[in-house]
Amino acid sequence: MELSHINTLNLILILLETIIFKSVAVPLFLRYVLKRNHITREAEPYLPNFVSLIITTIIVITTIILSNTMQEGKLDKMFFVVALSTLFTGLYFIASRRKIITHVMGYLVIENGVFVLSLAVGNEMPMLVNLGIMLDIFASVLILGVFLNKIGDVFKNIDVNQLTNLKDY
Amino acid sequence: MIIIYLIGSLLIGTGLFFNRKKALNYTLICLFLALQCTLTIYVCCHYNETSSSYFTFDSLGVIMLLTATIIAIPAVFHSYIYIEESEEMTPRSRAMYFGALTLLIMAVSSSYLANHIAVVWIFTEITTLSASALIYHHRNKLALEGTWKYVFICAISITFVFIGILFLSLSFANAGSDDLSYKNLLANSSILNISWLRLAFLFIFTGFTAKLGLFPMFTAGVDAKDKAPGPAAALLSSIVMCMGFVGIFRIYVVIANTSLLHWASLVVGIAAFISLFIAAVYMIKVKNIKRMMAYSSVEHMGLVMLGIAAGGIGYYAAILHIVLHSFVKSSLFFQYNQLYKVFKNKNIYYLGNYFKYNTTGAMVVLLAFISVTAMPPSGMFVSEFLIFRSMFEANQLILLLVVLLLLTFIIWAFAKNIFKILFIPSVNFNENTVPKINPLRSLSQFILLGGAAYLGLNPPMIFVDLIKNSIQFLPH
Repeated sequence: MELSHINTLNLILILLETIIFKSVAVPLFLRYVLKRNHITREAEPYLPNFVSLIITTIIVITTIILSNTMQEGKLDKMFFVVALSTLFTGLYFIASRRKIITHVMGYLVIENGVFVLSLAVGNEMPMLVNLGIMLDIFASVLILGVFLNKIGDVFKNIDVNQLTNLKDY
Repeated sequence: MIIIYLIGSLLIGTGLFFNRKKALNYTLICLFLALQCTLTIYVCCHYNETSSSYFTFDSLGVIMLLTATIIAIPAVFHSYIYIEESEEMTPRSRAMYFGALTLLIMAVSSSYLANHIAVVWIFTEITTLSASALIYHHRNKLALEGTWKYVFICAISITFVFIGILFLSLSFANAGSDDLSYKNLLANSSILNISWLRLAFLFIFTGFTAKLGLFPMFTAGVDAKDKAPGPAAALLSSIVMCMGFVGIFRIYVVIANTSLLHWASLVVGIAAFISLFIAAVYMIKVKNIKRMMAYSSVEHMGLVMLGIAAGGIGYYAAILHIVLHSFVKSSLFFQYNQLYKVFKNKNIYYLGNYFKYNTTGAMVVLLAFISVTAMPPSGMFVSEFLIFRSMFEANQLILLLVVLLLLTFIIWAFAKNIFKILFIPSVNFNENTVPKINPLRSLSQFILLGGAAYLGLNPPMIFVDLIKNSIQFLPH
């Protein structure tokens, strides 16, 4: 899959999305969230970093094996491996970290994996739909950030262990 | 027309967000209801036509849109009562609430009619955003926790649906066209690449379970229904669940026409059975009445998907069941607010002797209980019976027996709690503070429950034809 296969307008849109949203707007917004809630150390894993390293390696190896079982000429294997392993790594981040901001980061990692996958698949979607999807992703990051700020205001400590009060009895 | 509807409801929604005047708020929301009714009538008159190239008024869309409009009208009425009687109401929270309500109903209605999977995706995302504003209405710690969990799980599952769509377009790559509308997918179902389609179905199914309230993503929905105001919870457990169902059903129709039918029904069946099991376990120990009703929704969605998995008459029964469930469960959630007004608590331990304090409301709770547990005079008895018949015909006897056993547990747990609320006096309850509640406020619940019984026991021919039309592409 090469970028030249995409028509110009779509390409401009994808580039704008990458530059404006992913590399300017979202980082600025996250920086604001970090400052506002006085978040200093992002990583507080349940598992030691060494175990995490091994698990992510296993994820990458598994996706390579999985991609080799798929018989499909149309898709570049490289894109597929990168996309899928990013996706599962993001899910692993969410499951293994304690801070809520890291959960948002994990979500962004998943979104990046999806973005690579959508590039690999090419421009199957109509332009308008593409635009809608990009705006949606941005909106969900925004709303996650807004609620994160609220949690910071209410709980004074941004940790998922605070969010265990909803019970059945 | 659909473009006018979308633009009109967006304008009304933003107008509600920015206008804090009471009279203007209610004028706008009434205007939206009129627009919703106009759209429904227009769609019924232009049955099977395509509008604005992304919306088709097919039978499944018409059934669901009618259901949504019928539920939306009492939902707005009960929201009015809820907001006006709430002590913490500010003009800002009222404007936010009604704006989000408008957007939610708009997104759900449009997603029923969309004929392109990516358009459904966009509207599903809008429901997440608008529902989060509704769940966060109370602005306290618990509401924040519920909202956060709902937004996060829905954001991840919506990403899963998107990945599924990408795989779907990969499996479609050989067809020489890149139009991902359901009609085109169905027409080309014989040349879809099976291994990509398998992955696509897994991701799309998992993603939509967050809205449908099925295993594995059901948790978000339960927390959301617990914390959302009663009328909003009624919408979440009826029309939003229908939206998840429509999302899964439309892709299932495509899968059913390939060699993957057996595998897909196995996947759906396993998820449905685990949901039933989880619902049974939680129903026994749950003490919060609102969560109990939410788990009962999980149980019913499990039954609906079991019908889909079993096939045959099960397809018909599944659509009938989800429509009836929407009516019954929304009336139960509408009634919940009156219950809360009397007891100021939602823990079953502090609730009791409801017949003494609000006879009409207690009648609604009793009738809704009979309907929701599918006892014979209720309409859901028919659909549930048909689901069991389809499982019997599919030679799933052991599964059927286990499911019946689980349902017995659920009915026992449900009955134990409901009868405690209705008849057994609660301890330390001060009777002097019980407010008088106008019996007319239960009218819409009676109409919904009666409608569900009527549709189940004596369905009009046109309703049966609509359901039969929506399952015509499934193998019989």
